[in-house]
Amino acid sequence: MTQGRRARRVVMFVLAFALVALVWEGYKAIGPEEGGTLFGVRLLPRTGDRAMPHVWSMWNRLWDPEIRGGTESIFVVVMRATWYSLRVAIVAFVLGSSLGIGLAVVMARFRWAERAIMPYLVVSQTVPIIVLGPLILSLMAFASRDLAAETWLAAVFLGVFLAFFPVAVGTLRGLQATPPAALELMDSLASPWWKTLVKLRFPAAVSYIAPALRLAGAASVVGVVVAEISLGIRFGVGRLILSYGQEATSDPPKLYTAVFGAAVLGLLMAALVVAIDRVLMRHRPREAS
Amino acid sequence: MTQVAPEPGATAAPFAVEALGLGKVFNPGSPNQVDALVDIDLVVKPGEFVSLIGPSGCGKSTLLRLFADLIEPTGGSLTVNGKSAHQARLDQDYGMAFQQSGLFEWRSVERNIELPLELKGWDKAKRKARSTEMLELVQLTDFATHMPWQLSGGMQQRVAIARALAAHPQLLLMDEPFGALDEMTREHMQAELLRICARTGTTVVFVTHSIPEAVYLADRVVIMSPRPGRITEIVDVTLGRDRDELTREASEFFERVTQVREALRGIELAAGARGIEDR
Repeated sequence: MTQGRRARRVVMFVLAFALVALVWEGYKAIGPEEGGTLFGVRLLPRTGDRAMPHVWSMWNRLWDPEIRGGTESIFVVVMRATWYSLRVAIVAFVLGSSLGIGLAVVMARFRWAERAIMPYLVVSQTVPIIVLGPLILSLMAFASRDLAAETWLAAVFLGVFLAFFPVAVGTLRGLQATPPAALELMDSLASPWWKTLVKLRFPAAVSYIAPALRLAGAASVVGVVVAEISLGIRFGVGRLILSYGQEATSDPPKLYTAVFGAAVLGLLMAALVVAIDRVLMRHRPREAS
Repeated sequence: MTQVAPEPGATAAPFAVEALGLGKVFNPGSPNQVDALVDIDLVVKPGEFVSLIGPSGCGKSTLLRLFADLIEPTGGSLTVNGKSAHQARLDQDYGMAFQQSGLFEWRSVERNIELPLELKGWDKAKRKARSTEMLELVQLTDFATHMPWQLSGGMQQRVAIARALAAHPQLLLMDEPFGALDEMTREHMQAELLRICARTGTTVVFVTHSIPEAVYLADRVVIMSPRPGRITEIVDVTLGRDRDELTREASEFFERVTQVREALRGIELAAGARGIEDR
């Protein structure tokens, strides 16, 4: 049964991908070459090969060398950049989630801490992260943008900045949603606060924490890629999007190979988070999904 | 350690519970002040089974929570196992079972039973030995590694009782533990509880809504009235200790049930005429 379900999932994934390609090519076939207006607004994208390269030319481009005369295919280059960004994003995810959980524990323990911290957490998320990148760089007084070892820390910082928030909010809600009867039981057993936290509040909050971690996974990827673009950090997939975008007029499919890398990055992070989810939710009764 | 039921140093205290003039006022001094309990005198002897019964709002659950030190009294004195209720709680001198079994759904049956022992800092082998013993006591040996959601309501409640008794407490406090079970399961669980108590010699204070349940289980039935909560009558159930399914059909049983019912009806009548009889 589970095997059938898994097979169906794979099929649906491939089908959805094919559908996107089909819509792309379909629109490219019938859409106006130089774009068009809809309801008086320029909404319809141009469909020329420069703006919308064929799906197959993107595919073919993946296997050509990155630069003319180069030896490595662009696929290898993009995957290496993706792997780099993934590692940075994972560091951001782990640190951000830990920070979020830590904040949630403090806020769950002390009511005054919740009142003091929560408004700032909310405000923090309204700061545009594009602004934050350079700010962090200058704050931390990083010597040069070209020192990758230092700038990747800035990318981590941005990832953490986006990732901790859903975890803090979700975990706090979860920790506060412990059934009162269960708390009474732990009280009757004279359980100290932190043991109740570990043995009851956390396990009981897992169904709140797991979806928060999913959001954090996505947010850490966004934070890292945006940091790579806005700070021009080398090696990452964000940097590839930036530099390939500059070549879009001469080599349009190239940009899409970097976008493909970013998509793979997101998928890998999603897979990681699903794996964590599985571990957290083991032993739980599974509702039919 | 020991495989026999009560922990050593057991029957030192002359009373399992001793409440004198015990009172509880919620929100004292505020407009929504509630006199939950007034002037409660109740002594529970070791090994005794006492049922608390009364209409809702009579404070029977509140009284149980006072015994458990989950809330603090606002008047009177209270000892549990010869010490303050607070100390008794810290020493895990009592076990508690609630209407909802309250099993942790992420823990297997045996790990649920071991929870109180973990909090006592017992090592793994010792915990395992005890949970095996408790599973045998509640006759769920084959379900040690099952998860709670795989068990029926009655079985879950038996696990909850095993958990409450895991540390071999002298005293078991039960708040309508069978209230959510169907009638057949309920009668079966009552018989099970008596069997377990007979084997372990545990003292029980048992809150219930059900008159037959109160009578069938208890040596004494404590009848309480609401607003303010107090004890109006204590019925001695002279049915002896060997009770079985036939007990439920004995005339003596029905007499006690009737006695309790009439005492409860008296409370209702008094409540109806409260304007006159206000004292």
